[in-house]
Amino acid sequence: MLIYLRKRIASSALPLMVVIVGVFALARMTGNPASLYLPLNATQQMRDAFSARNGLDQPLPVQMADYFGGVLRLDFGQSLRTGQDAAAMALRAFPATLQLAATTMVLAILLALVVGCWAALKPNGIADRISSFVSMAAASIPDFWLAIVGIWVFAITLGWLPTSGVSGAGAWVLPIATLLLRPFGVLVQIVRGSMVSALSEPYIKLARSRGAGELRVVTHHALRNAAAPALTVAGDLTVGLVNGAVVVETIFGWPGIGKLMIDSILQRDFAVLQAAVLLTAVAIFALNILIDMGYALLDARVRPVTVKA
Amino acid sequence: MKSSLTEGAARAQLPAALPEGNSDGTSNGKKDSKQDGKLSLFRLLLKDRFATVSALVLILIGLTALIGPALMGDLATKQNLLFANKAPFTFAHGWEYFLGSDSLGRSMLARLVVASRTTFSVALPAVAVALIVGSLWGVWAGYHRGWRENVSMRIADVIMSFPSLLLAVVVLYVFSPSSANIVLILALTRIPIYLRTARAESAELQSRTFVDAARTFGAKPNAIIVRHVIPVVLPTLLTLATLECCYVMLAESSLSFLGIGIQPPDVSWGLMVSQGRQYLQTAWWLSIFPGVAIVVTTIAANVLAAWLRIATDPAQRWRLALPRKRLIARIPAKETQP
Repeated sequence: MLIYLRKRIASSALPLMVVIVGVFALARMTGNPASLYLPLNATQQMRDAFSARNGLDQPLPVQMADYFGGVLRLDFGQSLRTGQDAAAMALRAFPATLQLAATTMVLAILLALVVGCWAALKPNGIADRISSFVSMAAASIPDFWLAIVGIWVFAITLGWLPTSGVSGAGAWVLPIATLLLRPFGVLVQIVRGSMVSALSEPYIKLARSRGAGELRVVTHHALRNAAAPALTVAGDLTVGLVNGAVVVETIFGWPGIGKLMIDSILQRDFAVLQAAVLLTAVAIFALNILIDMGYALLDARVRPVTVKA
Repeated sequence: MKSSLTEGAARAQLPAALPEGNSDGTSNGKKDSKQDGKLSLFRLLLKDRFATVSALVLILIGLTALIGPALMGDLATKQNLLFANKAPFTFAHGWEYFLGSDSLGRSMLARLVVASRTTFSVALPAVAVALIVGSLWGVWAGYHRGWRENVSMRIADVIMSFPSLLLAVVVLYVFSPSSANIVLILALTRIPIYLRTARAESAELQSRTFVDAARTFGAKPNAIIVRHVIPVVLPTLLTLATLECCYVMLAESSLSFLGIGIQPPDVSWGLMVSQGRQYLQTAWWLSIFPGVAIVVTTIAANVLAAWLRIATDPAQRWRLALPRKRLIARIPAKETQP
């Protein structure tokens, strides 16, 4: 288990390193980073002062060492907008996104398991139709537009839900519903597909012939095997969820990391953008490892053999 | 050996013939075998009502994007404050205001038409670049195996494990968000999809007998890849590309919506949704119609891609020859008792 984990950590650490080096390279590729960090209308004196203060007049290797040291100490400099520590701002915005993403993902997996099983048990039934309709919608409807239609219908026309903000339970409904569409649409098809094939396996026949109830057959025997592919895909989907979170947070004014990123782009605040992007990369890296661990716990074939004493 | 060769060649011709088959499927081709493939695929398309409708919708939108802006370009920028924020679905203000007008009194219809070209001129090159680079790279990596394959797969993993929007956000921050940069960044994030598919197929093909035979006759690796591997892999990749059009269109509109994609005064569907957002309470059509345009296009491309996947697969093609009702009844029956 430990060896397996170490191997996985090593392989997912590579993308993380690429991102860290990539951000540095991009920041230097455009020439003087001062033009990147400072607002467009900064004066020449401001630029010179900025270069001197941040050691941009040093040779490149020294700058690179500084940069890596900064990343390790979570020191990305200060926000141009607020003068606060960029890493602190990113960390403060992080829980809001995490709550949103985690709730969405848990809901998506649970819903997909229920609807997917139901669809597998009754082909061409209601659940089957719902699942294929939602999958189609998930692949064709832009999430930002769905959010806007949601606001138009439920917030403006009907007045049931707030248009934005984080106060009260009502504020959660539209952001989560918008984010839910894509992962649910993909997962429900996966669960349905793997349930259909799991239900036709000999061990299901065996379980039935031994007198196990239908509910037990589905939940204990079929679902356990059908859940593993869904979990793997759920990992990939979480990466995509970050994309959705940026859009949803911008529309609903959710004070999370996605909104922070877009705000810092629009206001040319590179230090904050850098902190937010690197923090997200680390979070995805951690999540991939968690999913690998969950996968190993669920599927005995992936798990390396351990001898019981 | 010979049968797999001819089968590969036949499969390769189908999707290449498809675009022509849509527009002039009844015209007489010169080569008999080619015309057979074209005609039968066209007939198959006509049999599937959904696929026919989606193909027609796509052709219509494509033609609109191609010639519409030339006809309506002036109309789209013409401001008329007397007709500001007019509601849609009435001919009272003239046909050009049938879909309503924006806060500057510009015709919604004309703006949608002009925006369609922007949307396509970003999405199609991005798909084409990703398709060509990803496929060639993938086929090459899969054919040679070994370290070339490993390195390519690691690169694909790195790109895939990072949210595409974040990549776009950083790159478009550093470089200005011009059309060319958006095409490049969208292509870059989608290359791994083709790379993985092409690699898997080509790795399997390179151990087949007909590739072995070509190698024995002394053909060079590049010649084998071009003449024997690519024609067989192409249908799969083209189907994938149809599907990818949807993804890239959605991605472009997301970027434009967030303000880091297409920049005004240019106009794309995603940008229009974003611009209409602040008028949602008073003029809902400003945001809703461009979104409908995106949804209609992506659904059509999705349906066509699903059909293409079955039609270009000889093992599944028989399904399309059945009447639709029997087809629906048949699929689950086959799946539940393999």
